[in-house]
Amino acid sequence: MTKIIVDGAEVDVPAEYTILQACEAAGAEIPRFCYHERLSIAGNCRMCLVEVKGGPPKPVASCAMGVRDLRPGPEGQPPVVFTKSPMVKKAREGVMEFLLINHPLDCPICDQGGECDLQDQAMAYGVSGSRFAENKRAVEDKYIGPLVKTIMTRCIHCTRCVRFVAEVAGVSEMGAIGRGEDMEITTYLEHAMTSELQGNVIDLCPVGALTSRPYEFKARSWELSKTESVDVMDALGSAIRVDARGREVMRILPRMNEDVNEEWISDKTRFIWDGLKTQRLDRPYVREGGRLRPATWAEAFEAIAAKAKATSPERVGAIAGDLSTAEELFALKDLMGRLGVANLDARQDGSVSHPSNGRASYLFNAAIAGVEEADAILLIGTNPRLEAPVLNARIRKRWRHGGVKIALVGERADLTYGVDHVGAGTDSLTELVEGKHSFAKVLSEAKRPLVIVGAGALARADGLAILSAAAKLAKGSGEGADGWNGLSVLHSAASRVAALDLGVVPGEGGKTAAEMAAAGALDLVFLLGADEIDVAPGAFAVYVGSHGDRGAHRADVILPGAAYTEKSGVYVNTEGRPQMANRAAFPPGEAREDWAILRALSERLGHKLPYDSLPQLRAAMFAKAPHLAALDQIAAGSAADLDALAGLGGSFSGEAFVNAVQDFYLTNPIARASAVMAEMSALRRGAVAQAAE
Amino acid sequence: MSVRRLAAEQPADFAFTQDNLQWAEQQIAKYPEGRQASAVIPLLWKAQEQHHGWLPEPAIRRIAEMLGMPVIRVMEVATFYTMFNLSPVGEHFVQLCGTTPCMLRGANALKDVCRKVIGDERHVSEDGKLSWLEVECLGACSNAPMVQINYDYYEDLTPENFETLLEDLRAGRPVKTGSQTGRSCSAPEGGDTSLSDETLYDGSMVGAWRQRFEQQAAAGDATLADAGGKPADQSRPEAKAAADKGDAEAGKAKVEAVAATGAGEPKAPFSAPTVSGKSDDAPKVAGFAGQPAPGAVAEPEPVSDEAKPELLTAPREGKGDDLKMIWGVGPKLEAMLHSMGVFHFDQIAAWTDDNLRWVDQNLGSFKGRAVRERWIVQGKVLAEGGSEQDAEDAARRDRGETV
Amino acid sequence: MLHDRDRIFTNLNGRHGADLQSSLKRGAWDGTKFLLEQGKDWIITEMKASGLRGRGGAGFPTGLKWSFMPKPQEGRPHYLVVNADESEPGTCKDREIMRNDPHLLIEGCMIASFAMHANACYVYLRGEYVREKEALQRAVDEAYAANLVGKNNVHGYPFDIYVHHGAGAYICGEETALLESLEGKKGMPRLKPPFPANMGLYGCPTTVNNVESIAVAGTILRRGGGWFAGLGKPNNTGTKLFSISGHVNRPCNVEEEMGITFRELVEKHCGGVRGGWDNLMAVIPGGSSVPLLPEHQCQDLSMDFDTLRNLKSGLGTAAVIVMDKSTDVIRAIARLSYFYKHESCGQCTPCREGTGWMWRVVSRMAEGRAEKREIDMLLEVTTQVEGHTICALGDAAAWPVQGLIRHYRHVIEQRIDDYTARSTPADHLVAAE
Repeated sequence: MTKIIVDGAEVDVPAEYTILQACEAAGAEIPRFCYHERLSIAGNCRMCLVEVKGGPPKPVASCAMGVRDLRPGPEGQPPVVFTKSPMVKKAREGVMEFLLINHPLDCPICDQGGECDLQDQAMAYGVSGSRFAENKRAVEDKYIGPLVKTIMTRCIHCTRCVRFVAEVAGVSEMGAIGRGEDMEITTYLEHAMTSELQGNVIDLCPVGALTSRPYEFKARSWELSKTESVDVMDALGSAIRVDARGREVMRILPRMNEDVNEEWISDKTRFIWDGLKTQRLDRPYVREGGRLRPATWAEAFEAIAAKAKATSPERVGAIAGDLSTAEELFALKDLMGRLGVANLDARQDGSVSHPSNGRASYLFNAAIAGVEEADAILLIGTNPRLEAPVLNARIRKRWRHGGVKIALVGERADLTYGVDHVGAGTDSLTELVEGKHSFAKVLSEAKRPLVIVGAGALARADGLAILSAAAKLAKGSGEGADGWNGLSVLHSAASRVAALDLGVVPGEGGKTAAEMAAAGALDLVFLLGADEIDVAPGAFAVYVGSHGDRGAHRADVILPGAAYTEKSGVYVNTEGRPQMANRAAFPPGEAREDWAILRALSERLGHKLPYDSLPQLRAAMFAKAPHLAALDQIAAGSAADLDALAGLGGSFSGEAFVNAVQDFYLTNPIARASAVMAEMSALRRGAVAQAAE
Repeated sequence: MSVRRLAAEQPADFAFTQDNLQWAEQQIAKYPEGRQASAVIPLLWKAQEQHHGWLPEPAIRRIAEMLGMPVIRVMEVATFYTMFNLSPVGEHFVQLCGTTPCMLRGANALKDVCRKVIGDERHVSEDGKLSWLEVECLGACSNAPMVQINYDYYEDLTPENFETLLEDLRAGRPVKTGSQTGRSCSAPEGGDTSLSDETLYDGSMVGAWRQRFEQQAAAGDATLADAGGKPADQSRPEAKAAADKGDAEAGKAKVEAVAATGAGEPKAPFSAPTVSGKSDDAPKVAGFAGQPAPGAVAEPEPVSDEAKPELLTAPREGKGDDLKMIWGVGPKLEAMLHSMGVFHFDQIAAWTDDNLRWVDQNLGSFKGRAVRERWIVQGKVLAEGGSEQDAEDAARRDRGETV
Repeated sequence: MLHDRDRIFTNLNGRHGADLQSSLKRGAWDGTKFLLEQGKDWIITEMKASGLRGRGGAGFPTGLKWSFMPKPQEGRPHYLVVNADESEPGTCKDREIMRNDPHLLIEGCMIASFAMHANACYVYLRGEYVREKEALQRAVDEAYAANLVGKNNVHGYPFDIYVHHGAGAYICGEETALLESLEGKKGMPRLKPPFPANMGLYGCPTTVNNVESIAVAGTILRRGGGWFAGLGKPNNTGTKLFSISGHVNRPCNVEEEMGITFRELVEKHCGGVRGGWDNLMAVIPGGSSVPLLPEHQCQDLSMDFDTLRNLKSGLGTAAVIVMDKSTDVIRAIARLSYFYKHESCGQCTPCREGTGWMWRVVSRMAEGRAEKREIDMLLEVTTQVEGHTICALGDAAAWPVQGLIRHYRHVIEQRIDDYTARSTPADHLVAAE
């Protein structure tokens, strides 16, 4: 720790701090444009200049100068920094003036207005009025994709976007061409960016040069009500903020959560909101004469009740979808239990994950933040770049620090970091377990080996054997440094862990989801937002969900539910961390929250669920699964479970691994309803087709 | 328009010739393993050379592949450096320097010639032979005004000889590069004003300098009065004054002053770390405080103990002067002086040169300081109530420096 | 005046061969092995003793700079990089060294590299110096063929020297921008600290020196630091290549003693000021980056670092640009402002935006199409650029304008008055450029 005096106040800061960090620690606000905590230091905007006493007669860039590079006073006094002296004021005003001379007067038409760093810092640190009498330079806009709109005349060349895309996203696609005042930020030949994290440059850009194209000209930030919530596009549970104007969700932005998503979100998370407005199920439907017709709640419930009465419990089943809240899952299991139905499953993809193997067998045990501690990483049957882009960025971050080797068993892919491709199928897994591949040595010597098992590796007959092998490999050198547990399952469904925690799996003698979907298996099936599974014709299907996707098309009765932004509920992410999503807007038309639908239906079916309000439901749920009440905390799985898992063994089928996500942009019903996602998907397929030539 | 843009019409692809590929491999080999990106400018340059003097977009992609660089990074390089022509140029691409030194010698008139003979800037003449562009200082200012055409400089231009040159190039007639008025490089017109001494070129320069090393070796150790070779002409006042001072001390002092304490750090335009001459920890220059190195400065001859000055056992009235006010004296040296019996400025002020030398040679690792830093001069100033800065200035002035 | 026997660059005028044999005859490579055998410490001591100050413009003591290199460490090779990106307007001396006396440079590289534990040296030439690059490469090839350099050379110190080139960017003359360019990127200066001596080329300890600073090393070591220090003035020692251009009768490059007076320099070597001494108007004494001096300050002007610094100018590269009374001084400075705007790399705000602004205002002042209050505004803008940038290009762009205003405000005001007197309303409608 080193002492430094900022504006007369002495603070003690770590020696590796920059002056800017030290000033912040001392409570002095330092304006900046190019500096960002998660990116490399550029030091080019010059807005952060401060005065160092006894230093050179010119101010110093506080973001770049380290505290340890300052000379102590003649008698060893701590270095002295001034952030409010005349020199600093002049520097700030000067830099601000320079930024504004060529900056267009676009505020009235610029989307960034109201949340613009340049506006804020000009007000706080600039001067009023302009002395610039020349013509301003103009810059041609560049096309860089359908998601990020560019008005490059506004660009102040902070290069945050260039650094983000190269460092965090790992695709070096943005650059600054030209020189001097003619410098322009662009992609090569204005090709669209290919990263799944590209939307984050919109947040990073301090001015309105890079803005959200789908959101363009739609709203002003002060019109919006902001709700903190949790993302469900993947199983990470990224922290988001849902901005709505009235009933309409206008945009989704990230919130900071160091443990989960730092401050990034994937493009699907960010731009999904137009899908919330289309293909909505806003009223109940009943199928008559082969066609779905609008119906009242009473009619719909009547049709279901009639069918249920005529069906014996072993011919009834329920499949839960990937976007269901824990409360809904609890209610569904409760209802099925009361109906005597054992055919219950949340694993649409056919995953072998099961609570009977212990929580540690289906969690990302290392924790997302733990990725940064790993000293060896093995990926099995997963493409984290498509299944959880923000996690992939974390892996890349670890890789950039150096000293870690990463290997992949499964489908080859460009993950934005160096990966040793061991092989495509379970034979390679065998090689590793038997120590025949060089990477086996890396794993066995690692103190903190991280083995990430993808959902695709578990959704197959030999899934348990694969999981067992993974558990073995995750032991590493066995030194298990301070409770390290490297076996990490990467789910792709947001609801999966809660479902497993609550036991939404087949009861005694019950059928799995795949079995339920087979022809002739059931006469009555409840689909709670289950759109990733094809239910064979024959069974009477009741679909409870928000969008008219596959499930609704198959359904005989549709009960309109709420999307994730329209209900409050607990989601447990792949780490086992329960997080609360909050309602930002109301579902359209007659649609209701799913738990309420189940509650109402339960009464009609003669097995009324014993809770009339969400808090009551929660109380019941927390009683059954207390760990769900400890929001934002992880109740870790036990090491004993892992040992047991490792000991299970089992034989492999020999087949190659198939990843859970093939098209990143179309993985759930809301995404498939989104025009933006459709455009991105088409673009990606076109690009792949081109590359394949 | 100074914005850098790729040409609208591009060839379908680009590939280096076999020879150029080989050359490219050689270039890459100049840089350490994994650092092949360093070859990006030479490779782009070669591509431009191969492609009629301008750089096509496919070349940028191909070179990015060859060097394992993201293509946008190569694009950045191609657009940053203005010598990469992103659009077609004439067979003879005239780059006319317009910066002030050339402007003062008539570059603007040459621009008129270009406009007349070729047309607008960046515009290729109909016959494809010529195009021109005003560029920044080409580094041939003493031969101004001048142009660069493809790889050659054409200097000392006038509107007349420049127009003739352009027409000759256009017609394919042979031309002379360099000065168009017959100057040899940048030697002044009308006859050289320096380097007329024949002996510089007859081989007699070789080995002449060995003398001083031989002298030293012969003398056994380095107590030479001569501080290295003497400059040939002593007519400069400062050098003369120094030579007049006569003794080894003056010559040695001048050299040491510059070397040892990094004296008089310039407040140069470009920031440079300043070296303080104040503390005991000033850089120790090998060969000065300890044993002499060949060609290094000579040490004064030691004086006997007869030259020992009057010393005190304790400071008067128990209170000595702050000897650290002497420039070059820090706590350690002060302690040493105390143990020697020196406590007051006026003691030092009263010393003779021999006294000084006696003290000097008894300063252990600080030997040489007293003489070098003119302690007697400083002592006088400080005894009279002068400041630290006054003392330092006086010492420096005594050494012939500008303060 | 300097005696020929004290001149180092004996082929400055290009009348003799640049080839190895001719160079050897003039004294290059003479006893290099002997010099190396005296040891690194001796070499650095001697260089410090000589008082040589960097010849690339900053004037930082060269011996001191070499001593900043850290102790050698496994995996971190040391590098010497020679800055041959001579682009400072007015400067044209390094090209003469490279095409006429290349072996002095190559020898100097070997010696300097030895002194700083470097086994590899890169010489970075500006892209425009194609023929100079070819000449230097020929000399390097000769040196390799004669086994003077290379892995197993006659000097017993493994040493490789590579010639590299740029492609048209003045900013690559800034040492960290040069390193960036050498590494294959845009020439954008780095933040300091860390300094190249710790984190330089490829992240390894590197010293960047100007061509002239390195090329004199061999001769200094042969004749002695004391010899060099005996020339010139205290703290401003030795000889210097002066590039004189502009309104003198015979512009040229000449090697003279540091501290020679401007008058002597120009009258002895350049045939005097065009139109006579009294026709002198102003001088830029050290390349465009230093402020100009009006004639009354040039009457008895010693051309050395300290004297010029005290006059609020600088010796810089000793590129002396002479302007006589026929010069439109505002236009001359405006053209320099354009130069800086053209060469700005664009990385930091004050330079990227400020150089363009300063150029546009001073160009209007050259026409007279300005207001008198804009003179002080322009002066203030220069102080907003100066000292707030990553590298010295910002300062270099600000100083000529400051010099202009400091000494020629009356000319600007007169120009404005003249324009106002004759202007018509139509003059104020100017299209966007």
